[in-house]
Amino acid sequence: MLAVIVILVILVVLVAILAGMYNSLVGRRNRVDNSWSQIEVQLKRRHDLIPNLVEAVKDYMSYEQDTLTSVTQARAAAIDAGNRGPEAQAQAENMLSDTLKSLFAVVENYPDLKANQNVMSLQEELTSTENKIAFARQFYNDSVLTYNNKIQMFPSNLIAGMFNFTTRQFFEAPEGDRAVPTVDLR
Amino acid sequence: MYEQISRNRRASWLLAGLMVAILAALGYAIGAATIGGHSGGIGLLGVFGVVAIAWSLIGYYAGDKMVLAVSGARRVTHDDEPMLFNIVEEMTIAAGLSQPPAVYVLEEAAPNAFATGRDPRHAAVAVTRGLMERLNREELQGVIAHELSHIRNYDIRFETLVGVLVGMIALVADFFLRWSFWGGMGRRRGGGSGDQAGSIFAIVALVLAIVAPLAAYAVQFAVSRRREYLADASAVELTRNPLGLARALRRISADPTPLRHANRATAHLYIANPLKKTKPVTSVFDTHPPIAQRIAVLLEMAHAGPEALDATAAPAGDATGQSMPATPSP
Repeated sequence: MLAVIVILVILVVLVAILAGMYNSLVGRRNRVDNSWSQIEVQLKRRHDLIPNLVEAVKDYMSYEQDTLTSVTQARAAAIDAGNRGPEAQAQAENMLSDTLKSLFAVVENYPDLKANQNVMSLQEELTSTENKIAFARQFYNDSVLTYNNKIQMFPSNLIAGMFNFTTRQFFEAPEGDRAVPTVDLR
Repeated sequence: MYEQISRNRRASWLLAGLMVAILAALGYAIGAATIGGHSGGIGLLGVFGVVAIAWSLIGYYAGDKMVLAVSGARRVTHDDEPMLFNIVEEMTIAAGLSQPPAVYVLEEAAPNAFATGRDPRHAAVAVTRGLMERLNREELQGVIAHELSHIRNYDIRFETLVGVLVGMIALVADFFLRWSFWGGMGRRRGGGSGDQAGSIFAIVALVLAIVAPLAAYAVQFAVSRRREYLADASAVELTRNPLGLARALRRISADPTPLRHANRATAHLYIANPLKKTKPVTSVFDTHPPIAQRIAVLLEMAHAGPEALDATAAPAGDATGQSMPATPSP
């Protein structure tokens, strides 16, 4: 009788532990999915803002058609890369970030543009969207890191293997950013 | 950075535990001295517990509204203050919170900010007009990240709890001292050996009633200082940019304007002590750690010297100031 109770208790505890590990894996996977959708929301918002900005500045910048064209092209490429997985998407989006940076740099040379209320507010929205993308990426990568750790580490890796939890890709930071030290001195 | 966060968290729970112990000891000693014996001690302890819980609940549900009303803050939308609102949204995303807190502005010239609310779903951040005028985007980001960290770490809930404990201790000690002064001790008549135990409890209770409030206040302020360091470290976890916050703190501390609506009850909520001190002496009764100390910790995180604080030439309120966060480490 006692042996039966002992075995039952051990079984219940074991099941509880396994269920806990399974639930924590599901929770982390949902967080990864959720933070990925947050990145997509912000990328979409950036794609929507860019035509407005190009429209607002193009009359002032007749000598800078190259910059504007490359922004428009990079935007199209980024939208196109949207369904080719995080890696391709990250690459295209980083390209778009770079062209936007050079557009902002050019805007600095046009005092009329800098004083234009519409351009100013578009610029603030785009700057903020850039930041939101970067922070969403940061949070996504942190979520992926903890999720992947859980999948690969003992003992939760046993559960992960049993129920087909697979590791996720990081959303890579742009090459240019990688060279920047952790401290931004600007 | 991460270990700092967990160390701070441990330390503040330890301090809160100490407070409960002080209150419990005080309750037991007074109960034993006035009502008599072990049962008296336990009885009064229970009464204290019930009052403390009721008091906490009021602070929990109404505290944020009271604080915002007292400070004279006004709620703003994205259209009123696009940059401020955007920065709050950016930090909300970095923190992985499901929704941004309500944003309030205080029409005050002194640069300062605070956060309130019982949990991330019922939270608000408030910044002064002076803060928005004096800080650039990167610095403002640091301050908002600090405030959001208070929300994310449940600091407001924690400090409400600690505040209630301190209030209880002070009130009870005061009450007991008055009672024994007016001769309450002499009227109580025990019998035989119980009397001796009673008078020992009376002395213990008397000593505790004098010492406990002071100790409680010291602990409360120690908690508050801990949480400031914790919020600074968590803010850097969000922005990955210790220098932004360090520069913001320096600008805030360099400003001599006092906050008009500040008072002792809400001082601990602000990012920097709004009650300007006349002497730069640190004491156990400070609500905030010295700003120089906080800046030093941030510089250490950045592996930079004090000269890094001057490296920025960005004018205040520069909306175009690049503030892309540094590469997050995957």
